[in-house]
Parts: sequence; structure tokens; C-alpha cells
Amino acid sequence: MRLQKRFICLYHPMVYNHSMKKIIISSALVIAIAAYVIYQHVTGQATVPAAQNTAPNPQTTTSTPAASGEYKDGTYTGSVADAYYGSLQVQAVVKGGALADVVFLQYPSDAGHTIELSRSSMPVLKSEAIQAQSANVNIISGATQTSEAFQKSLAAALALAKN
Amino acid sequence: MKETRIIMGMPVTVHIVDASARAADLEKIFEYFRSVDEQFSAFKRTSELSRINDGTLAEKDYSPEMKEIMKLSEETRRLTNGYFNIRKPNGAIDTSGLVKGWAIHHAAKMLKEAGFKNYFVDAGGDIQVAGKNEEGKPWSVGIKDPFDETQQKIVKVVYLKHGEGIATSGTYIRGQHIYNPHDADNKPITDIVSITVIGQNIYEADRFATPAFAMGKKGISFIENIDGLEGYMIDASGIATFTSGFEKYLK
Repeated sequence: MRLQKRFICLYHPMVYNHSMKKIIISSALVIAIAAYVIYQHVTGQATVPAAQNTAPNPQTTTSTPAASGEYKDGTYTGSVADAYYGSLQVQAVVKGGALADVVFLQYPSDAGHTIELSRSSMPVLKSEAIQAQSANVNIISGATQTSEAFQKSLAAALALAKN
Repeated sequence: MKETRIIMGMPVTVHIVDASARAADLEKIFEYFRSVDEQFSAFKRTSELSRINDGTLAEKDYSPEMKEIMKLSEETRRLTNGYFNIRKPNGAIDTSGLVKGWAIHHAAKMLKEAGFKNYFVDAGGDIQVAGKNEEGKPWSVGIKDPFDETQQKIVKVVYLKHGEGIATSGTYIRGQHIYNPHDADNKPITDIVSITVIGQNIYEADRFATPAFAMGKKGISFIENIDGLEGYMIDASGIATFTSGFEKYLK
């Protein structure tokens, strides 16, 4: 009995208009809040934490065992090569007649995306110097392809450096 | 029974330990890889992939396998925030980053359905194992030394006991150690030479090994964050970094 009364009241023209308005406004509010939350969530994830970027690289340049005098000392810029994910360009640094360093001038960009890392704290991963293993194994896993783009660009740079 | 053929431009090895294996069983697998090559080779003008890139094949006419690869590629693209992308800057499609693992996985399934229990399929250094080796022990896999010009030395040994897949993505620089101390621009610079991924199967390992390599030193963190994957990354100075669960594969 009571339920029916409420039901009828809801559909009385005067009551109906007010209720609809309320429903529309509350829905709009809920949608707006949801959109805002989603927006924050998305933009929050899109930023790269500053700590992500690399610490000073402790590696030093090294001279290579290439025959001295093969190349003229200096810095040579290679051609731009098409790598899998974009353009790649290297610069060869020659010291003492040998290739001393390779600098990446262009590297396939991540197209504006960042890596999504989980929010939980990252364990520090362990490292070790690689060591030759003498064990016999059933199968060997390795990359069969060299980075053609890298090779191409470096070869172009070294061609310029040739004596 | 074991045999190696060159297909898709790389050595494909099929090894079936079970005594019931016959030459015809291996032949079926090689035939399958040839058919994959016919469909997906970027070097064959007549391949389905080439016809898509030529613009002579409409999407509605894609084969079921091509449709599946497209679907899986899109899924992987989203999972890796675009680090995996079959569409190259010039607009062409290159499916090689995903097809290899997918094909090896399918080939291994064919062997399983044929009733074999102990085998492996290796295409260009990406491997799917099942069961045990000829000695009845877990399959042992060596990770190649990225600095060895002869490409024969290994730097790590892992044992796969639960039908895992293992894939290695890398750049092997011939003859020289290349260092890059110039990181000031914060550009995503790859100073790693290889990353090996072990996954529940070769399809999972392979599709994440490619983008992980493109992420440079961050790639190993990317693998760390994916459930079911372990990784071993080697940088240009010969230092390896590995995921927190990787050591379970060492024996």
C-alpha cells in the first residue's frame, strides 16, 4: 500500500520534474567526479619519476684493440639509420688511431610513452660480471641478429674516419 | 631424433627425445615453419605480409593467422605502452618481433598433440622445451656471450624444468667494447647488448624480450614487474643484471 503511494507520487507531474532534475544533476556530478579522478590517474601515471633517469654513468671510455693508425683522431658523425623503433644515429670518437667511444645522437624514441612501473617499491636487482662457462649445455640461446641500423651508422662514421 | 634446417633465415632445430619419433614427425614441423615463412616473410614479395604492405590485400581478406597476429600485436602494444609496435615509422608492418615466438609455440603444441612428451624447438636462439633431455634430466640452456665473435661461448647456464620458453634479444657488436658515458640528455639510450627472458612459454618470453631490449637498462625492471617472467640482461661493459626470481633457474 505504502509503496504504491510512493510510486504514484513519483510520477505526479510536479514531483516528477523535480526528481528528474535531481537525478540528472547528481548523475552529471558523479560523471564529472569520475572523469576528474580518471584524468588524475592517467596524468599521474604519465609522468616519469625524476629518480628514473640514470645516475651518473661510471663507465669510462676505453681504447680498443684495433690497429693504431687505422683511423684519424677526431669525432665523426654517422648517417641516420632506420632502426626497428625509429631513427638511430651514432657518432664515433677516435683517439690514438682507434675507436674510443660511440655516442648515440639519435635513438628510437619511446613515442611519448613511459614505462609503467608498478607502484610498489622496486627491489634493487642483483648484478654480476659475466663469466665464461665451461659446462656443456643442450641448447644455446642468443640473439642471431646484430642491430643492422647500429652497424650501418657506425660503419658510415668509421668510413669518414679512415686514413 | 634431431635435425636442423635453415628456415626464415635462421637455423631451426627440432629435437624429439621420445623413442617413437620418426623423420616424418620432424618434417611436419619444418613444413609448418616454411608455411609461416611463406605468410610472414618481409623478404618474399608473394608473402601475405608483403601484399599487406604493398596495399594489395584488404583487411577483410586477411588469413585467420594474420588476424590472430594483428590481435596479439595490438594487445602486446598496449601492454608495453608502445615499446612493442609492429608498425614501423614508414608505415609498413613488421611482424617479426612476435611471429617467431608465436610460431615456435605453435610448433611445440603440434608435437604435444602428436603425443610427444620430451622435446625442444629452437628457432634462431628462441626456444620452447618440454619434458626432459636424452639423459632424463632438465633441459640445460646456455646464454650466449654477446662479446664473443665466434658466437660459441656462453656466460650463464639455466635449467628449464616446467616447459618454459626462453628468448634472447640483442645487439652483438663485433670486436669492440662500446661505452657510452654521455647520458646528460636523458635520452633513452641502449647501453645493453642482450636481454634473455624466461617465461611460462616461448610466446610470452619472446613478445616481451623485444620491447625490453628497446628500453635499454630499464628493460630488466620492466621484466621484473611482469608476473611469470624472469630476465638476465647484459650491458655493454659485461655486467649482467637479473630479476629477483631468476636464480631459481640456475639449478
